[in-house]
Amino acid sequence: MDVVLELKGITKRFPGVVANDRVDLDLRRGEIHAVLGENGAGKSTIMKIVSGLYSPDEGTILLEGRPVRFAGPREAITAGIGMVHQHFMLIPVMTVAENIVLGREPARGLALDVRRAREDVRQLSARYGLEIDPDRLVGELSVGLQQRVEILKAFYRGANILILDEPTAMLTPQEARELFRIMRELARSGVSIFFISHKLDEVMEVADRVSVMRQGRRVATLPAAETSPEQLAELMVGRSVLLRVERGEHRPGEPVLAVEGLGRAARGGRAALADISFEVRAGEIFGLAGVEGNGQQELVEVLAGLLKPDRGTVRLGGVDVTGRSPRQLFEMGVAYIPPDRQAEGLVLDLTVAENLALKDYYRAPLARRGLIDVKRLAERARALVVEYDVRPANPAAVARTLSGGNQQKVILGREVSSSPRLLIAAQPTRGLDVGAIEFVHRRLLALRDSGAAVLLSSLELDEILSLADRIGVMYKGRLVAVLDADEATRERVGLLMTGATAAAPAGAGTAAAGAGAEEVRRP
Amino acid sequence: MTSTRATAVLVPVLSVLLSFLVGGVIVVISGHDPLAAYVALLQGAFGSVFNLANTLTVAVPLMLAGLGVAFTFRAGLFNIGAEGQYWLGSIAAAWVGYAVHGLPVWVHLPLALLAGTLAGALWAALIPGVLKAWTGAHEVITTMMMSYIAINLARYLIEGGPMMAPGYTPQSPAVLPTATLPALVPGTQLSWGLVLAVLAAVAVWFVLYRTTFGFEVRAAGLNGRAARYAGMNVARIIVLAMFVSGALAGLAGAVQTLGVNHRLFDAFNAGYGYTAIVVALLGKNNPWGVLAAAVLFGALNAGASAMQMQAGVPAHLVDVVQGMIIFFIAVDGIIRSVLRRTRKEAAQA
Ligand SMILES: Nc1ncnc2c1ncn2[C@@H]1O[C@H](COP(=O)(O)OP(=O)(O)OP(=O)(O)O)[C@@H](O)[C@H]1O
Ligand SMILES: [Mg+2]
Repeated sequence: MDVVLELKGITKRFPGVVANDRVDLDLRRGEIHAVLGENGAGKSTIMKIVSGLYSPDEGTILLEGRPVRFAGPREAITAGIGMVHQHFMLIPVMTVAENIVLGREPARGLALDVRRAREDVRQLSARYGLEIDPDRLVGELSVGLQQRVEILKAFYRGANILILDEPTAMLTPQEARELFRIMRELARSGVSIFFISHKLDEVMEVADRVSVMRQGRRVATLPAAETSPEQLAELMVGRSVLLRVERGEHRPGEPVLAVEGLGRAARGGRAALADISFEVRAGEIFGLAGVEGNGQQELVEVLAGLLKPDRGTVRLGGVDVTGRSPRQLFEMGVAYIPPDRQAEGLVLDLTVAENLALKDYYRAPLARRGLIDVKRLAERARALVVEYDVRPANPAAVARTLSGGNQQKVILGREVSSSPRLLIAAQPTRGLDVGAIEFVHRRLLALRDSGAAVLLSSLELDEILSLADRIGVMYKGRLVAVLDADEATRERVGLLMTGATAAAPAGAGTAAAGAGAEEVRRP
Repeated sequence: MTSTRATAVLVPVLSVLLSFLVGGVIVVISGHDPLAAYVALLQGAFGSVFNLANTLTVAVPLMLAGLGVAFTFRAGLFNIGAEGQYWLGSIAAAWVGYAVHGLPVWVHLPLALLAGTLAGALWAALIPGVLKAWTGAHEVITTMMMSYIAINLARYLIEGGPMMAPGYTPQSPAVLPTATLPALVPGTQLSWGLVLAVLAAVAVWFVLYRTTFGFEVRAAGLNGRAARYAGMNVARIIVLAMFVSGALAGLAGAVQTLGVNHRLFDAFNAGYGYTAIVVALLGKNNPWGVLAAAVLFGALNAGASAMQMQAGVPAHLVDVVQGMIIFFIAVDGIIRSVLRRTRKEAAQA
C-alpha cells in the first residue's frame, strides 16, 4: 500500500508544554487511520500541523514523498488536505451551497453564480454519496448534516486527505453510524482519512490502523484487527483501565429532589416538557436517557434554575424551589455540570484558578466583604488541580489552552468539590478519554456513596446503564418510563427511547437502535 | 503566558510606531523634513516642564474617560456615550461650583467633584444600563442618543438657559475659588486632577482584579452565558458596570471644569469622550495601558502647535497620525499577522 502522507520527527512546543514530541506517523492511500490518546496527548495539535494551522518547530511532512511546508490552512487545502474541526466553521444564515463554495465561488461577473454553485454541490454530493439539499439554510440542519456540509466543503476544495477531529463527539449514535458508512465509502474511493476519537468501540469498528499517542509521543501503531479495546486503553493511559466501573450496592435514602407535574411549552427553539414527575433519592444515581432533543436538556435546565417551568413544582429536600435562580439553588446545595463546557461551563479566557472559583468566588473562604482573597483562591486551585488531575497542573494557565478533557476536569472539580446535595450532570464525559471517563465515573459514584443525589443526563446509553441505579426515559418531552437498573436492559431502554410504550419483547434491540437512523437515503 | 503578554503590549506599540511612520511619509511628500517635525513635536510635548504640563493637562480627562470606557469593554459592553456622560459631569460640577455658596473648600470641592461623578454615573446607568439589562436594547444606540441629549442640554443651559452668565458669551458663571481644583504645577493648567486620574487607574485595577464585582465583570464580559450559569446576576453587572463607567466619564468632566475651564462653556468642544474610546482600545482596556495611551494623545495635541511653528508642518498632521492609530487599532489583525510572520522567520533563521 502506498503512503500518501508521512510525518517525520514532528515536534511542537507551547509555552511550558511539548505538545508533540518527535512524532512519526504515516497515512496510506484509502485507509482509515484512527488516532487515539488521552486528553492532552497532542492529537489535535498534530492534526493542526498537518492541516497547516500550526507550523511545526521541528520535523518534516512528506506529501506523496515530497517535503511540504504550509504557511496556512489555505496552502494545506490546495495540497489536498482538508480538516473538519470539532467545532464547525459554518455560517448558519447561508445555504448549504453557499457555505460549501465560500471562498472559491464560481462567479458570473461580480455575482455569485448560484446555479453553478448548486450544481457543483449536487454533483459532489452524488459522487461521494453525501446526500444533502443545497438550498437548505445551514442553521436549520442537524449537527450530523452540518458535519456533512463541512466534509463536502473539504472535497469542494479538492481534498483527498481528510482529517476528522472527534467527529462523533456531538453526534447521536445513529448519526455516527451514518458517518462511518460514509467514511468507509470514501476510503474505498481512494480518500485517506485521519480519524480522532475517544470511543474505542468506534475505532475498532471503522479503522484500518490505529495509532496511539501518549504525552506528545506516538507510542504504537497497530492494525485494528489485531488489537482490542483493553489493549488500546492500556497503551493510551499506560496502565490497565476499567472500561466499566464497579457500582456498589444501591442504598437509597430520603428523596432529595422531587419533581411533580412539571410542564413547559416549546418555545425559543427549546423542546416542550409535559407532566414530568419523579424523585431522586440520597445515595442514588438517577439516569436520564433519551434520544437527543426529547426534552432531557430542557428538564435539566429547569432543575438548574436556568429555565422557568410553566407549571409543576420542584422540591429540594422538601422545600419548594420552583423558579429559584441558579445562585439560590447553588446555595441550597445544587451543583450543575452543563453539557457544553466551552460555552456554558467555563470562561475560556480566565485562568483555571478563576474558573474553579466561578461559583463561590463571592463568599468565604474566597471572599470577604466583596474583596477576593487571591492567595486563598490560588491555594485552593492548586489543591483542586492535583486532586482532579488537571494537566498541566498549573492554576495560572488560561483555560483555553487546556485540552478538552482537561477543561472538563476543571468543571468537574469545581462542581463536585462544592459537596453538593444534588449534582446534575449533563453529558459529563463528552469528549473525554477512557482514563478520564473512568475518573469521572468514580467521582460520580463516590458522591453517590457519600449520600448525595445524582441526576445524570447522558446520550451515551452505556454510561447510563453502567452508572444509574434507576433510569428515566424521556420521549417527546415526557418521562415515559422509570426502570430499576436490574430491569433495564439495553434493548428495553433503547426501545423506550424511540417511543415504544409497552415493555420490549426480547430481541427488539436492533429495531430500537436502527430507528430514526435512516434520515438519509442512499442515492 | 509571557509571550502572549508581550504580544499584548507589542501590538499597540507597533500600531503607534506604524502611524508615525505613515505620518512621516506624508510629511516627506508635502515637502518637509519628517525628522525635524517629530523632534519639534517631541519637544513641544515633553521638552520643558511647561510643555509636559500641557501634555498631561490634555491627558487627564482622556485618562478618566478612557478608564470608564475600558471598564465597560471589560464587561462586554460598548459604551460609546462617554462624551455625554462627560458633559453631564461638567454641568453638575459647574453648577455646584458656582451656585452653592458659603462652604469651606474641603466640603465644596469634594461636593462638586462628587456631583459631576454621580451625574455621569446616573446618565449612563439609569437609561442605557437599565434598558440593556432588562430589555436588551443595544447600548451603542442608547449611549449615543444620550450623548446627543447631554451635549444639547449643556448648550441650551449656557446659551440663554438658566446657567448662562450675565453677558453675551455662552458660558456659565465661573466656579467659586472654594470649588476650584488647585494647580499641580503653578503657572500651568495642570491641576490635581492628574493625581485623581492616577488614583482612578489604581482603583479600576483593584476593582477588576481584587473584588468580587470585578471578577463578575470580567467573567460576564468574556462569557455572559457561563457567568449566568455560574449564578451571576448579569443584569445587575451590566447596570453597575455602566454606573462605574459613567462615573469615571463624569469625573473627567468635573475635573476639567473645576481644574481647567473653571466654568461650563462650549466654545471649544474637545470631544474627549470620543477620543476616550480610542484611548481605551489602544490601552487594551488595561488601566496602565489607558494611562499611557492618554499621555500619547495628550502629547500629540500639546506638541502639534510647536511642530507647526518650528518645522512648518501643519498641526493637522497630528490628526493624520491619530487617524492612523485608529486605523491600525481597527485592523490590529494585520499587525498580529506581521508579528507572526517576522517571528516565524526569526525562528527559521
Ligand atoms: N494554543 C495552545 N497554547 C498552549 N498550549 C496548548 C495550545 N494548544 C494545545 N496546547 C497544549 O498542548 C497539549 C496537547 O493538546 P491537544 O489539544 O493536541 O490535545 P488532544 O490530544 O487533542 O486532547 P483532547 O483529547 O482533550 O482534545 C495540551 O497539553 C494542551 O494544553
Ligand atoms: Mg483535541
